[in-house]
Amino acid sequence: MHGAVCVNARAYRSVTTESTFVRRLLIGFAGAFLIVFLLLPLIVVFAQAFARGIGAYLAALTDADSIAAIVLTLKVAAIAVLLNTAFGVAAAWVVAKFEFRGKNVLISLIDLPFSVSPVISGMVFVLIFGAQTWLGGWLIDHGVRIVFAQTGLILATVFVTFPFVARELIPLMQAQGSDEEYAALSLGASGWQTFWHVTLPNIRWGLLYGILLCNARAMGEFGAVSVVSGKIRGASNTLPLHVEALYEDNMMVAAFAVASLLALLSLLTLAMKAFLEWRHGDEIAALQGGR
Amino acid sequence: MDIRIRKLSKRYGSVNALNAIDLDIASGELLALLGPSGSGKTTLLRAIAGLEPIDGGRILFGDIDATELSVQERRVGFVFQHYALFKHMSVLDNITFGLRVRKRKFRPAREEIRRRGEELLKLVQLGGLEARYPNQLSGGQRQRVALARALAIEPRVLLLDEPFGALDAKVRKDLRVWLRQLHDDTGYTTIFVTHDQEEALELADRVVVLNAGSIEQVDVPEAIVRRPATRFVAEFIGQGVVDGADRSPRSVLARVSPCVRTG
Repeated sequence: MHGAVCVNARAYRSVTTESTFVRRLLIGFAGAFLIVFLLLPLIVVFAQAFARGIGAYLAALTDADSIAAIVLTLKVAAIAVLLNTAFGVAAAWVVAKFEFRGKNVLISLIDLPFSVSPVISGMVFVLIFGAQTWLGGWLIDHGVRIVFAQTGLILATVFVTFPFVARELIPLMQAQGSDEEYAALSLGASGWQTFWHVTLPNIRWGLLYGILLCNARAMGEFGAVSVVSGKIRGASNTLPLHVEALYEDNMMVAAFAVASLLALLSLLTLAMKAFLEWRHGDEIAALQGGR
Repeated sequence: MDIRIRKLSKRYGSVNALNAIDLDIASGELLALLGPSGSGKTTLLRAIAGLEPIDGGRILFGDIDATELSVQERRVGFVFQHYALFKHMSVLDNITFGLRVRKRKFRPAREEIRRRGEELLKLVQLGGLEARYPNQLSGGQRQRVALARALAIEPRVLLLDEPFGALDAKVRKDLRVWLRQLHDDTGYTTIFVTHDQEEALELADRVVVLNAGSIEQVDVPEAIVRRPATRFVAEFIGQGVVDGADRSPRSVLARVSPCVRTG
């Protein structure tokens, strides 16, 4: 206590901070953890990808099977993101703006894909649409293949990624309430005008954030798609499955070259996410505070 | 436009939020719905606007039966307690929203919409602020933007939910005088909800005192203070005495009508 009375040149130590030693220890530990678990793997991916020079790297990426995998991944992700954006907005709207029985059950159902192992999610589609089942057999007789075809990949990806958009929007829309929508209605706007001119502008950054996360997961999904894909090279292999196939064939440079594409994609997503948080931090904070 | 409410009922589960309400509002009247929280005053206001589904009764706007009309068709000007301004639109775009969303057939030309918006801004004394956004305005200014936005659609009736609730005491008093003036100038039938006795007694032509979903008394302010119809009204109006001498019925009444008996 006497330190407070005695005036000396030394700055007062803040009472809310730890000692220098503890601070350095904690920061050092966190830094080391980040380097070992995040930075090193990233460096290894790129080092292996370029191990035989840029020529081998480009050759691996322009291989016909790789191109097919890239195209398929983009296609699957695009469809999954589109469907889940529509679904996510609708689900968040229902949950945030209306009171009804079974609302908590609906919220739990939306979260289901997060709590179920992706492999099980894939299995479910094989069990429903596989050739040995009644429904699958009927569909195949009518020329519709789902399992071991692109439709199955899309279904599995949609299932695994459907919580992302809804999960981002629900707390945001709940926090905003419905007064602005009511105001628009009382001023004569139709339901669609209200959604387009009032609701959507209010959620746009949160929505973009959700789409970004959904897209990252859709492109990187492995477990669920590996079960339904059948892994036919050049036909039903997405990028992650293609990486695995190349790796099992001991084609290290090619495997890591394709993997580096996925890593780049993650970095791009991260950069866009950081930009959104920096530029529209208030809204994102509102949405994360509600969780 | 005169408004008639007949046997209006609303239940939340087993609670009677509105208990067969009968109420007549004259054209051009400024009416206060006064009561404690949970008395049903806001539910009644929202029911008139069509924002709250009702369980029974009728709401008539003049000769029109509004009960079956949607919110949009009722054409009411509703000012929300927290204003509910569109955050991403400029002040002018907020005010002209009701005109811009009209069907092409009924929508005025672009220049006409702009002219009407600017006219309304002048009316609420915010000329020159059309390019501002709601978060760049003070509470009192936001409230006036919300009012201008509601007036833009030339409403059949103006409904205000706790219009001064979110403002500090000084601004509240100024706006009260200003709102009375605006009402007298424009002549819209106006209903506002408040839990503040002084506000209701000072501002309104007539006051409706609500308690537990039923009307306790409807009368001019003087009569509410001098001849409370029920024990509840006497106690609720008299509460001002507990809060401080300034809000006692007598001093409130002195301001409402200077020639009141003080004996």
